[in-house]
Amino acid sequence: MDTMIVERIRADVNSNDVVLYMKGTPVFPQCGFSAQAVQILTMLGVQFKGVDVLADTGLRQGIKDFSKWPTLPQLYIKGEFIGGCDIMREMFQSGELQRLLADKKVPTEQKKSIA
Amino acid sequence: MPMSAEEIQRLIKEALPDARVELKDLRGDNDHYQAHVESAAFCGKSRIDQHRMVYEALQGRAGGLVHALALTTSTPTSTH
Repeated sequence: MDTMIVERIRADVNSNDVVLYMKGTPVFPQCGFSAQAVQILTMLGVQFKGVDVLADTGLRQGIKDFSKWPTLPQLYIKGEFIGGCDIMREMFQSGELQRLLADKKVPTEQKKSIA
Repeated sequence: MPMSAEEIQRLIKEALPDARVELKDLRGDNDHYQAHVESAAFCGKSRIDQHRMVYEALQGRAGGLVHALALTTSTPTSTH
């Protein structure tokens, strides 16, 4: 694996509380799963860094090798790989994701739910 | 190139023989699936590891040949 890419991933996940590797950008996701991941983080009111893997072919494969995870999006919190969109959704629905963010002292501004 | 539901079932059961696999072809195009896999082999494993076991069973096809596989996993006794 390209060491430059590994270094870049390491620097990103260690210097940002929450990083989402995704297809497209948070404003223009290019895949439904990435869009769902952005939506969950937005609902939680979490500041995150979105990294568009479509803008960089080396990174697109590199992040899969780094996480040993074959699909995108991929969520990192405080340098730890949390999972993809399905795991994020399950954890969000069970409240586990909210607890994890609180435990890791990541600030959230939960919007009042409309329901 | 997409992949048939039977092929996905076969690969998962090859790796996890006790698995109960519920598979939905979301768009009828053999390329966007939703899968729920239940297996005793998941007992004691983290959710990430459970998903990795399914991805491994598919031998690199998830995220490659199959564009989309929405995945949930559980053990036989747990509810989901």
